[in-house]
Amino acid sequence: MTGRLKSVALALLAPAIAIVLSILVTTLVIAAVGSSPGEFWSTMFEVPKPRLRVDIVNQTAMIYIAAVAAAIGFRMGLFNIGLEGQYTIASFAAASFAGAAYLGGFANVIASLAVAMLVGAAWSGIAGLLKTTRGVSEVISTIMLNAIAVTLVGYFLNNYGVKEGNTVHTKNLEPSSTLGGFSPFEDRDGEIWALSIVALLLGIGFWVLLNKTRFGFDLRASGQSESAALASGINPKRMILISMMLSGAVAGLIWMPALFGGARNYGTSFQVGLGFLGIAVALLGRNRPVGMLFGALLFAFLSVKSNDLTFGTDVSPSIVQITQGVAVLAVVVTYEVVRRWRTRLEQRAVSRELTGTTAGATS
Amino acid sequence: MATLALAGCGGGSDSEGGGGDKPAASDDVCKTADGDGPKIGLAYDVGGRGDQSFNDSAYAGMEKAVSDFDATCIEGEATDGEAESAREDRLRNMAESGATAIVGVGFAYSESVNAVAPDFPEVNFAVIDGFDPDDTANDNVAYLGFAEEQGSFLVGVAAAEKSQSGTIGFVGGVNNELIQKFEAGYTAGAKAAKPDIKVEVQYIQESDLSGFGDPAGGKAAATGEFDKGADVVYHAAGGSGSGVFDAAVEAGEGNWAIGVDSDQYLTATAEQKPFILTSMLKRVDTATYNFAKSIDEGKPLVSYTVYDLKQDGVGYSSANESAITDLTTSIDEYKAKIISGEITVPTKP
Repeated sequence: MTGRLKSVALALLAPAIAIVLSILVTTLVIAAVGSSPGEFWSTMFEVPKPRLRVDIVNQTAMIYIAAVAAAIGFRMGLFNIGLEGQYTIASFAAASFAGAAYLGGFANVIASLAVAMLVGAAWSGIAGLLKTTRGVSEVISTIMLNAIAVTLVGYFLNNYGVKEGNTVHTKNLEPSSTLGGFSPFEDRDGEIWALSIVALLLGIGFWVLLNKTRFGFDLRASGQSESAALASGINPKRMILISMMLSGAVAGLIWMPALFGGARNYGTSFQVGLGFLGIAVALLGRNRPVGMLFGALLFAFLSVKSNDLTFGTDVSPSIVQITQGVAVLAVVVTYEVVRRWRTRLEQRAVSRELTGTTAGATS
Repeated sequence: MATLALAGCGGGSDSEGGGGDKPAASDDVCKTADGDGPKIGLAYDVGGRGDQSFNDSAYAGMEKAVSDFDATCIEGEATDGEAESAREDRLRNMAESGATAIVGVGFAYSESVNAVAPDFPEVNFAVIDGFDPDDTANDNVAYLGFAEEQGSFLVGVAAAEKSQSGTIGFVGGVNNELIQKFEAGYTAGAKAAKPDIKVEVQYIQESDLSGFGDPAGGKAAATGEFDKGADVVYHAAGGSGSGVFDAAVEAGEGNWAIGVDSDQYLTATAEQKPFILTSMLKRVDTATYNFAKSIDEGKPLVSYTVYDLKQDGVGYSSANESAITDLTTSIDEYKAKIISGEITVPTKP
């Protein structure tokens, strides 16, 4: 085996082990509660119906945006748990702005996206400021900001929202400001939302930022060693604040594809939990643009496909949350194990070469 | 044979008292029903069958439909934080599996039913507590609402008449329009029975829906009211209600709590039971059954229907017999007055 092939095989080893493990654990759990794992897996691995394929693409896009937002923080060594709050408050702000229709048509969409990014950045910026000026851990502050965001949005919605039946929501978007999307199958199978493209652009942008820009270098350097970064002239406080706000700005976009794709307002159709899914997927994909794409696809597939479980099996759809959880845990653990094992392999190879050369020299 | 029957009884009362456990799939009537009546889809809200409240009540209505006119059913259950598209997919799956009528249990299905219904004109839909989110009316959707204020009025009467101290309490889960309906009816009922009664009102959350799943918050709110001298506390706080019951237990004998939605006396713990005066019943089962029946009779319900006292859509429970017997005559008098229109119950506090 050549060196390159070997390193690719080693890189794939960890995710492979993780997937096998999560399949194993899920199977055991299903068997333990007395249901049939065979039924479960055959339902899950059935080829999804056209409308589910559409849903999978849409969900992948949103989860991927969330994962990029999380990864920006992770690469900097920041644990932004506040994605959930950031995209909640940003989605609400953008939906309110778009519903107010200050601008018409496409300009309204662009302006609303800007509002979403600004609000998301401002919300995460609070945590960034607290960390740089007061040394408050971003883990604590972002969790608290999550709770505050939900309460704040609820308050505004109750007092200024549109009441309808037993619910409240923001003003509906003007039809000219909805983007809809592209339907690859029949109309009733739904559309791939136009703004799903944002996920792709963000993925490329994230890769370029990390690998081709000074800022990306600073970010990675600060994430790997703060003291080394400081020594090479990087201002760590500035980096913390900027990357925190950047993470929040991206988080602000998470729900935008759905808003302009069909949701029309911030109300019962707002999807919660995407922020936490994003964190899990960033861990699963090791903060790499391509890795996270596979992670997002896997999570979206599991969530969407699980809906089929209620028909034909007696397994609760919630079981896939176990699969997802185990996959993340297993990836984190196996990467560490594989990394140590690889280091040992390399060390052994080096020492073999060293003893070989010394042996040759002495003889 | 006798032992078998006894064992069956024991099992039954166990599951009633303990609560929480999901019933096994084998006693799911939807898995066994094979009659030739209408095939009905039940799309549950989060919690699904076994939640001892809203969803179970819809299931109970379905069960009756199965035994009364040989209906068959398929079920689907929402997961926490699911996408809007997941709800739509659930409804479409049911329609494609041959359901001729589909019930969305909970207002969260309003949007998805609105999106799916036009694609299946031959299928009839119903949304419990639902509403039509756009201007185009759907001619194959029924929106089934409840006059919660009327049921709350009755338990308000019960609370006022039971109270020795002259002060009663109300704990709401979230301060929104829906829960304010409960408060308004309760207060009006109490004042009607005893004009000088004092009503302490407390909401767990101003707007965050977590107020419906926060037993600790419910307990804190109710304890505060018992401390202020209230001796009967009514809750409209969903899952937070168990905390209100606990507060009544701690306040001790002579203090009472009133449940909501389903007959909570039947599902409370043995310790809580003696303190549960009654429950305001929201008959989701009646609504579900009536809708199924309308399908069976070929005259499907459409548009808005409000289930009030007249249709037995709301009511009160007298399961805790020893506590409520003295009051039923007077409560039923008020009930008759509301039905006849002599009393109009306010919907806003």
